[in-house]
Amino acid sequence: MSLSDGDMAAIWLTLRLATTVTLLLLIVGTPIAWWLARTRSWLKGPIGAIVALPLVLPPTVLGFYLLIAMGPNGPVGQLTQTLGLGTLAFTFWGLVVASMIYSMPFVIQPIQNAMEALGDRPMEVAATLGASPWDQFFTVVLPLAKPGFITAAILGFAHTVGEFGIVLMIGGNIPGETKVVSVQIYDHVEALEYAQAHALSGSMLVFCFVVLLALYSLQRKGRPLFMTFGKRS
Amino acid sequence: MKISDIGPAAILARFKLCYADAANKGFILDVDTQLPAQGITAIFGPSGSGKTSLLRCIAGLEKAQFGHLQVQDQVWQNATSFVPTHKRPIGFVFQEASLFGHLSVMGNLQYAIKRSGSRQDLGLFEQVVDIMGIEALLPRLPENLSGGERQRVAIARALLIKPRLLLMDEPLASLDTARKQQLLPYIERLGCDFNLPILYVSHSVDEVLSLADHALVLEQGKVVANHSMTHLCAQLNGPFGVGNETGAIIECRVVQRDPQWHLMRVTFGSAQLWLPDTGEAEHSSKRLRILASDVSLTLKPCAGSSILNVLPVQVIAISTDKSKATCLIKLNAGGVDLLARISKKSVQELAIKTNDMMWAQIKSAAIVR
Amino acid sequence: MNIAKGLLGLMLMGFCCRLTAQPIHIAVASNFTHTMQTLVLEFEKSSEQKVILSFGSSGKLYAQITQGAPFQLFFSADQLKPMLLEEQGLAVVASRFTYAIGRLALWSAIPDFIDDGLSILQQGRFKKLALANPRFAPYGMAAYEVLARHQLVRATQKKWVQGENISQTLQFVDSQNAQLGFVALSQLLGKHSARGGSKWLIPEHMHQPIKQDALLLNSGSASKGAKDFMAFVRSPKAQQIIKTAGYSIATNTLVHKPS
Repeated sequence: MSLSDGDMAAIWLTLRLATTVTLLLLIVGTPIAWWLARTRSWLKGPIGAIVALPLVLPPTVLGFYLLIAMGPNGPVGQLTQTLGLGTLAFTFWGLVVASMIYSMPFVIQPIQNAMEALGDRPMEVAATLGASPWDQFFTVVLPLAKPGFITAAILGFAHTVGEFGIVLMIGGNIPGETKVVSVQIYDHVEALEYAQAHALSGSMLVFCFVVLLALYSLQRKGRPLFMTFGKRS
Repeated sequence: MKISDIGPAAILARFKLCYADAANKGFILDVDTQLPAQGITAIFGPSGSGKTSLLRCIAGLEKAQFGHLQVQDQVWQNATSFVPTHKRPIGFVFQEASLFGHLSVMGNLQYAIKRSGSRQDLGLFEQVVDIMGIEALLPRLPENLSGGERQRVAIARALLIKPRLLLMDEPLASLDTARKQQLLPYIERLGCDFNLPILYVSHSVDEVLSLADHALVLEQGKVVANHSMTHLCAQLNGPFGVGNETGAIIECRVVQRDPQWHLMRVTFGSAQLWLPDTGEAEHSSKRLRILASDVSLTLKPCAGSSILNVLPVQVIAISTDKSKATCLIKLNAGGVDLLARISKKSVQELAIKTNDMMWAQIKSAAIVR
Repeated sequence: MNIAKGLLGLMLMGFCCRLTAQPIHIAVASNFTHTMQTLVLEFEKSSEQKVILSFGSSGKLYAQITQGAPFQLFFSADQLKPMLLEEQGLAVVASRFTYAIGRLALWSAIPDFIDDGLSILQQGRFKKLALANPRFAPYGMAAYEVLARHQLVRATQKKWVQGENISQTLQFVDSQNAQLGFVALSQLLGKHSARGGSKWLIPEHMHQPIKQDALLLNSGSASKGAKDFMAFVRSPKAQQIIKTAGYSIATNTLVHKPS
């Protein structure tokens, strides 16, 4: 039961998509998570709810709205067209944008939780040792929040690999561009090619399990680092 | 409050800090005071008196609604400017050790060294490590240290930033008695060895008596006393006269050892005392504590008493005590203040009045530093 | 004794009621959704039989039926899946018939975009062309045929966007993410005629007829209601409804073999 070229292309595309989305979300999501963790502004509630929205929104709803928004008459489509980028639907980068929205809470929330768990003390200590706010962020907050970042990366990656509803809506099934594994499997089933569907599904299952196993082992090695701030006789 | 013994180099602190919720109209902190910029100054008071808030305001960790802070010749805070914490030349030791869990002990120390502004000062590093006794701990991670070890590392780390002012917020509070006793000597040495003014927040009378040269006493966010320790301890209704613990603090010097009787002689002012020899070096300065209940009075020096120490004293003041049966009497012994707890009956029978010359018998004295 | 008789009577009544009141489950290909709903409404006017409809892609419904889903009737979007069910013995012999023939249309949401459908395709005056996945969607296969017949597959393939089913294909074109696409005529008529845009109804000779077959599944073999409904669909009234909805009618509605 070997995988066809189409299957391999779908796998590579899926990995490319998941990696790109995870990296971009880590970069974009960290300042948002930091703000959410530290702010006392009343905006924390609404912004937190917006970030959490993709958790409860059916992917088809999100995909539907994205399809409209990215079209030539939608706000996003008009923006991209003015920038000379055409429309985002049916493109790899359209999927990246959609996946970033879809996987956003899975990346932002673990980071936010890790940062909130730090409390104020580590930053105060760093300040008394002469560290400016930027210095504090890079030398104290990021290292101590590392478990949160690892969780965020794992969840973001896994969630994007498993994405289906959104891709279905705005993907257009273009090989090498938007034809991800989940759609490929779906197509095999629709075309009654059950053997192929088995082969591809099985491979993805094994792959994802191995990746998650590796990442969770990494997580276990790091002990909770904030414990030294509590009392221990 | 007349502050007579603060020199020109001082810390001027004025803070008004409100409660976070608008419903509470009071102030967490409302002080306008001056503190010495040398030696160990204790900030003392019960829980909720605002001691930690004051320290945090001085550190810049709290932004008071109205704040003015001048340390010697530098203005750290006023109506128009606020120097942020990381730019203030302070060291801060928190109540819990607060070491960075992701760095080893050495890493924690180097974090401070890197930000101390000047180049690597190997001499200072070795001195600090030596004095705090943490050489063996350098490669370890904070989670593998005991509470006492962590605090020593935290103090070392604060010193390595080369601060001009060291702030300590109840650093011994989270330790058990045995560890506290272990750590006190380290802190005692800090003032002398590093020539560093220290502000030490505590609610423990014992710690303050051992460590402080000067004390600022807070109650409900306001200053109720600001004086040297000797002065405060000698007050009749002073802040350190809690129950039976009322007693004077005396700075003395060991002048002679008597090997035959295992005694040592200490002098203060024009007076002297014989105490059990506890191995103190000759000519070393010590701080004594003499409890009021260990001092009794006689009209004439009596012969045939077992008490070794009898001093001529003059009665300065007489006041009531917590117990209905006794009074507290403030005495002057050779230029130094003493307190005695005497029954009202005896005061009546001996007709003790202010300015009377009498003899004080001192049963015991403890060396607290 | 009287109580026993009464109870027995009640039970019998209940049993009879259950027999007649038992609703029939029909699996319907999504593209036929609206038309089927109209048919059921008409059917229920003259019958007390209740009908429960389940919509989905033919592939999904086929998979469910092979795994024992409780449908009595299956209305597919193609002939292949009903034939496979027959071969596997999951359907009643000789019950399969073509209930509708799909009509393919090239449609754009932009008015006046399509003046001459063929020349637009040949000149490639578009960024994206939507069609249903030709691997398994009947309208997609027909669209592919049309393009192949005019040697346009290679020329247009890079601009294809494939929908998983005909409804999705329509969405792509409706939102103008694809400038034009191959959709079902039935999607453009009736209540959808307000969509506007521009279209080219593809001549039937350009592709194999999109024959949509229905059949009676094994679990419906004892159901009078299911058989009644099958007969109804073949009746002139029903056929008229189907025609109005944008399909063609099969001249021979009783089929034993694949045509």
